[in-house]
Amino acid sequence: MFYIHCPYCGERREEEEFHPNGQAHLVRPADPDSVSDEEWGDYLFFRDNPRGIHHEMWVHRLGCRKFFNITRNTTTYEILETYPMGEQPTITAETAKVRHEQGVQTADGGWQTVGARPENSTLNEETPS
Amino acid sequence: MSEAGSETNVSNVAVFDTHPAEPIDAESPLAWSRQRGLVDAAGGSGQVSAIERPFLGHLILRGGAITLDEAVRAELGINLPGQPLGLNVDAEGSRSVQWLSPDEWLVIVPGGEEFALENRLRERLGDAHFAIVNVSGGQTLVELSGDKARDVLMKSVTYDVHSHGLPVGKAVGTVFAKTSINLRRPSEACFELVVRRSFADYCVRWLRDAGREYGVSVESPTS
Repeated sequence: MFYIHCPYCGERREEEEFHPNGQAHLVRPADPDSVSDEEWGDYLFFRDNPRGIHHEMWVHRLGCRKFFNITRNTTTYEILETYPMGEQPTITAETAKVRHEQGVQTADGGWQTVGARPENSTLNEETPS
Repeated sequence: MSEAGSETNVSNVAVFDTHPAEPIDAESPLAWSRQRGLVDAAGGSGQVSAIERPFLGHLILRGGAITLDEAVRAELGINLPGQPLGLNVDAEGSRSVQWLSPDEWLVIVPGGEEFALENRLRERLGDAHFAIVNVSGGQTLVELSGDKARDVLMKSVTYDVHSHGLPVGKAVGTVFAKTSINLRRPSEACFELVVRRSFADYCVRWLRDAGREYGVSVESPTS
């Protein structure tokens, strides 16, 4: 059982009050008519599934019923930070210290998702920690 | 389209009084429980008592804190809770404003006052960006008091209901058994549970079960 900090209520609450809602920071293409099918499919269907740091959207469904973002480590389940919608994370997989300590792997730079392109070989290698 | 959208003001928002001019019988959300014999006629001698306060006026206010604060203060004489999880009650204890989320507040007033209040607030807010919804029929208030009220809550909610977690003037939305409630602490002596109508019977059954060891009574005035 986690105690999750809700940035709107301003305090930690039981995990039971929350619900995860998938990957955060997905950006809808500004001009959907001009993107290729692949890019659109990538936006619509494919999500990151990294081992390590992941930014997720959660909702405080039984409390204030607001969505917010969580930076979470998918291997240790550690929640590193929570922040309101519209803000950027302070901890990312690129944060060197976190990367070194936690064996983080990320999707290929420039591609929003892992699924849309053949997986980058580095994704399947453990980062030495 | 844009024309219609910009003209949602006092004159063309559909409002109606949920209390008809001719008084007709209304059933509180605990009517079903009463039929099933789960509501006591008079308070027992137990250490926990749950009393429903039916037919109150519940209004949900949404909008910017600053504009709503001015209007609510002018019409109700209560400040909008500035901090998250705040609950402000007037001197009589019969009117309250509760923080629900950063742009959402719950106003509870004695039954029958809500329509006039809604109209006055709409008048005062004018063209500001706001919403007022009358949710009186959708939820009810149950007052939990007695020596062991806190012990019953400790078995029922995940939230810390000790006075350092839930001091007077605080209200939280949380899990109660397997449903959601708003748990309020208007005074030292009692807790208030804002319960959804369709879950009222479930909550009463749970309270009766959880309070059995202390002796519990559930009352619900019929008018």
